[in-house]
Amino acid sequence: MVILVVAEYDTAHVRPGSRSALGVARDLAARSGERVEWLVLGSGLDSVASDAARFAPVTVADHPLLVQATADRYARVIADVARAHEASVILANATTFAKDILPRAAALLGAAMAGDVTGYSFADGELLLRRPMYAGATTATVTLAGRPYIITVRASAFPPAEPLAKSGECVAWNVVAATLPNQIEYVGLESRPTMRPDLTEARVVVSVGRAFRSSEEFEQYVGRLADALKGAAGCTRALVDDGITPNEWQVGQTGKVVAPELYVALGISGAIQHLAGMKNSRIVVAVNSDAEAPIFSIANYGLVGDVRQITPALIEELNR
Amino acid sequence: MKILVPTKRVPSTDEPVRVHPDGSGIDNATLTHMINPFDAIALEEALRIRERQGPGVGVVAVGIGSVAFESELRTALAMGADRALRIDCDDSVLDPWSVAQVLAAIVRREKPDLVLMGKQAVDDDSNQAGQILAGLLDWPQATFASKIQFLEPARLQVARETDRGLETVVIRLPAVVTTDLRLNEPRYASLPALMKARKRPIETVSQRELGVSLEPKVRIMRLEQAAVGRECVRVADVAELVRRLRYEAKVI
Ligand SMILES: Cc1cc2nc3c(=O)[nH]c(=O)nc-3n(C[C@H](O)[C@H](O)[C@H](O)COP(=O)(O)OP(=O)(O)OC[C@H]3O[C@@H](n4cnc5c(N)ncnc54)[C@H](O)[C@@H]3O)c2cc1C
Repeated sequence: MVILVVAEYDTAHVRPGSRSALGVARDLAARSGERVEWLVLGSGLDSVASDAARFAPVTVADHPLLVQATADRYARVIADVARAHEASVILANATTFAKDILPRAAALLGAAMAGDVTGYSFADGELLLRRPMYAGATTATVTLAGRPYIITVRASAFPPAEPLAKSGECVAWNVVAATLPNQIEYVGLESRPTMRPDLTEARVVVSVGRAFRSSEEFEQYVGRLADALKGAAGCTRALVDDGITPNEWQVGQTGKVVAPELYVALGISGAIQHLAGMKNSRIVVAVNSDAEAPIFSIANYGLVGDVRQITPALIEELNR
Repeated sequence: MKILVPTKRVPSTDEPVRVHPDGSGIDNATLTHMINPFDAIALEEALRIRERQGPGVGVVAVGIGSVAFESELRTALAMGADRALRIDCDDSVLDPWSVAQVLAAIVRREKPDLVLMGKQAVDDDSNQAGQILAGLLDWPQATFASKIQFLEPARLQVARETDRGLETVVIRLPAVVTTDLRLNEPRYASLPALMKARKRPIETVSQRELGVSLEPKVRIMRLEQAAVGRECVRVADVAELVRRLRYEAKVI
């Protein structure tokens, strides 16, 4: 029996969020005595696989037909590997990649699935999983029935696993092209290039709400402050709706979940759907012209005032 | 063409939810309910497809749960759905797996060309049912849709909102598409339409007639109110803020 962790990666490295899922897998395996193993899917995976192997043994599903992560093919391969390796648990970081693919794999396997898990414990040998519900207003404790368990974890809740003393082995999975479905044709990806760190991996996140009205203003204020703090830039849904910022910068219930060391909220009211994505940040700073804005109730430091004046002053103070 | 739109009854997002003191669930007594916002977007999209493509398109709203779900189904009729169908069952134990099982059985009965549904319900926030359904049916899926276009013959081009950016895929019908927030702005049901919908029939099928047994795989043992709230230090100016971040919080 193995615990399988589905890896996400960029160019040559496994993402820190996947390593958080691996950390959970190691801990579960330490109790059950099972083996932990990565599953890496894609095309041209040599360098990714050797990076992954620094942390755990790797099953590599490397095939030109897996070059894009389409749910039909990925779910099929994940289910095939899970059956062949008798996986008891399949883990991944709770990203849109995993949310798209893993429930489909659950259907193929008849598996039980819990998403966005932020904690776990054991009672009488049974795994109890904690996950937010109602936009994070509540925390549910759930149990699963039906192996394998499929679990996505919030990377922000678990530290990334450290490398092993000695790299694990990479074993190629034999991808049989004829068995792969062909239901989803990938056309392309459009994203706004940014030189800033990834939102979910940054130490500092500067986020902004409806106070700013254009992409230029966003860059002038938020972008420059993020750069002064070497952080990532995020936003509320309000700005994405208005086309000022791209969707992948949204923080919240339906956007990304972040928990940086420092979260700076500029002109954000503090709707529960936004808080769902950032309330576990270590230090929260709120700047808002409305002294009664709900965001102050979850901030460590609050400054009442106009972000158009405060942001440049803050950049200047930081650069002094 | 027939479009199936599952509509879930959820607590209104305008009011705070409170956990029942015994931790068994949320305190339902004072809550008002609504169609899950993502499902309302799915319904709106289905109605727009019908408006563009003409009366050959039929839109069927589906509710899975107790008789209370009829109020959201009537809203769906008032918004413009052609039919409303309720699968009568105990909704307190439903999880994404059992919802997908029920939907798969309805799909076999109704034979839609497209299932258009919310990417997640804002109560359990699971984000699974559509993908599980697609897997059970072995249908193509396009999740988190923010734009849907029809291509000839019988294909859809869907823009998907992912963590990496906007991804575009093309899928064949029949298919499952789940909706994200930016797909459209749902219309309101007018008061006269709501009055008229009160007299429209809601087809009811029992879970037994449908031939599915509910075997949830996720069991909620306990619910707690999540602790939020911090002691907020109000700083006087930028200099004080930076000083405290540097020397007190030590984050910069
Ligand atoms: C199903 C659902 C899912 C959602 N998911 C998300 C999500 O994932 N993420 C998300 O963010 N939202 C989400 N929302 C939306 C959420 O409910 C709020 O509408 C949104 O977060 C508000 O954004 P905001 O704070 O920018 O805007 P507003 O609420 O309009 O607040 C603007 C704030 O800026 C302040 N302000 C304005 N001008 C200035 C100035 N010059 N200087 C200082 N302060 C100023 C105001 O005092 C106010 O507090 C969701 C909603 C629903 C229904």
